[in-house]
Amino acid sequence: MNIYVCVKHVPDSAATITVEGKTGINEKITFLVNPYDEHALTEAGRIKRSMPDIEVIAVCLGKASAENTLRSAMAMGADRSILIETDRTLDSIFTARALAAAIRSDGQPWFIITGKESIDNEGMQTHFRLAQNLSLPVATNVVKVDVNGDSMTVECEREAGTIDIFRMAAPCVIGAGKGLNNPIYPTFPDIVKSRKKDIKKISLPELAIQTPAAGMVVEALTPAEEQRFRTALTGSAAEVAAQIVDILKNEAKVI
Amino acid sequence: MNPIGLLIEFKDGKVKNANFGMATAAKGPDQQLHALVVDASATEAKAAMEAFGVGHIVNISTGCSTWDPATQAAAVVAAMQQFEITSLIGLTSPASRELLPRIAALLDAPLIMDCIEIDLDGHRVKTSQYSGKTIATIALFGSHFIYGMRANVVDSLAEPVESEVVDFAFNMDPDTAYRVIGTRTDGSGGQYLAESDIIISGGRGLKNAENFKMLFNCAKHLDAAVGASRVAVDNGWVPYTMQVGQTGVKVNPKVYIAVGISGSVQHFAGMKTAKTIIAINTDANAAIMANCDYYAVGDLFDILPELEKALAAMKR
Repeated sequence: MNIYVCVKHVPDSAATITVEGKTGINEKITFLVNPYDEHALTEAGRIKRSMPDIEVIAVCLGKASAENTLRSAMAMGADRSILIETDRTLDSIFTARALAAAIRSDGQPWFIITGKESIDNEGMQTHFRLAQNLSLPVATNVVKVDVNGDSMTVECEREAGTIDIFRMAAPCVIGAGKGLNNPIYPTFPDIVKSRKKDIKKISLPELAIQTPAAGMVVEALTPAEEQRFRTALTGSAAEVAAQIVDILKNEAKVI
Repeated sequence: MNPIGLLIEFKDGKVKNANFGMATAAKGPDQQLHALVVDASATEAKAAMEAFGVGHIVNISTGCSTWDPATQAAAVVAAMQQFEITSLIGLTSPASRELLPRIAALLDAPLIMDCIEIDLDGHRVKTSQYSGKTIATIALFGSHFIYGMRANVVDSLAEPVESEVVDFAFNMDPDTAYRVIGTRTDGSGGQYLAESDIIISGGRGLKNAENFKMLFNCAKHLDAAVGASRVAVDNGWVPYTMQVGQTGVKVNPKVYIAVGISGSVQHFAGMKTAKTIIAINTDANAAIMANCDYYAVGDLFDILPELEKALAAMKR
């Protein structure tokens, strides 16, 4: 049985982002597996350990350099991977079609798991679209997965203190939330082993995806302006407190 | 006239305030606003939304007795088709993070979440990308357009109208592949970080779970929400749902008070759009002190009790 884990190659959250051209960024920075996808990989690994005959396949759409992210995914437990190679910047409508096509051409999923959002574009939607393309049920911000035969019970954190419970028939799509697990990072032997694992490379045109009639195009990217007027609040603790109250009342006008 | 749908949200039986700014943002000479109310009180929605220029209330009922995002999303899509609504705006709230992407997927329509600006006529939005380090202008194309708006980006403007309520009943055959088992609440809910006007957050400087009480005590007087940095969450002092930052909640309050928080890039990713940032830290060199509107170099254990006292005194 196959578990497909969709992963994205994203800039490190601590990296300095420099806008280049109208919509690009300088890519000479550290890229890594999207953090939410690490939870997805860890969960796939956990389920694989508890059941026989499971193959975990990482799938990524990206540039040739995304191979690094697939190596990390395989070091974190994926058995092999698929890279849909493209230099194009694609929106989630197109990406979901490409992921669905690559998975369909590779095998029959038992389930598909991915992070609930990526930290670069923060679209929060690709897993829903992937599910729609494959006519599968989907759950998001999943914090617990219980496998029972060919269905799974998932717990989803809607908001503070509110957990929704759904039962989905396999195959299904799971959007991993941060509360799902603590990612298990690879050891050196895992990394060495991952170098021998297979990456199947597919060029985007091979998937013959019809251009969707709808989409989203980034027209401009600008650095976020930050200008704050660092004013010191000084004096005793009581004086500082009084100044904060004054700001809340007279400047921010929130009380 | 261009019919615009507004996906209305409730909290404790009342329409959430963030919906009002959404109505104001959507208003325009050619826009006809439809408040879409799913399995909730249309009477309540009418009373609240007609004060902000919403002339039409669509009372959608699915027959679901529980939160069922798949059915409710399908119901919204059916209502949009019935009333020829091609643009839909919702909040970027926990419920809308479930509903809007499902609606967009069903319609195969573009969706941008967390918009800070929406141009409904030009189908263009602004949103932050790369952890808030950049602002992207994005054009949407297609037959339908779905927008998730960041709370508090547009101030609401009263514009009373008389609105009419239309009922819309939706029935769907139960989906055997997707069943709602139920919802469990642990009672800790009730604060909506992303929609709060005032947030007071604690970090490493708080030292333990017990000390967070000081923040809650201040928050109580301010009707504020309490947030936390990743360190406080990872140490188990507070639940993950309180985490503000890159991998936590992204907030946009009028005032953000950071107490004992150093201000990592990842924390800023979640709160940098706050209108006013006030930092309290013993370390004058902490990153947060260099990127805020007001800072106090001092011990939070001295300042917080005084702040609570001052807030309590003000209330009396």
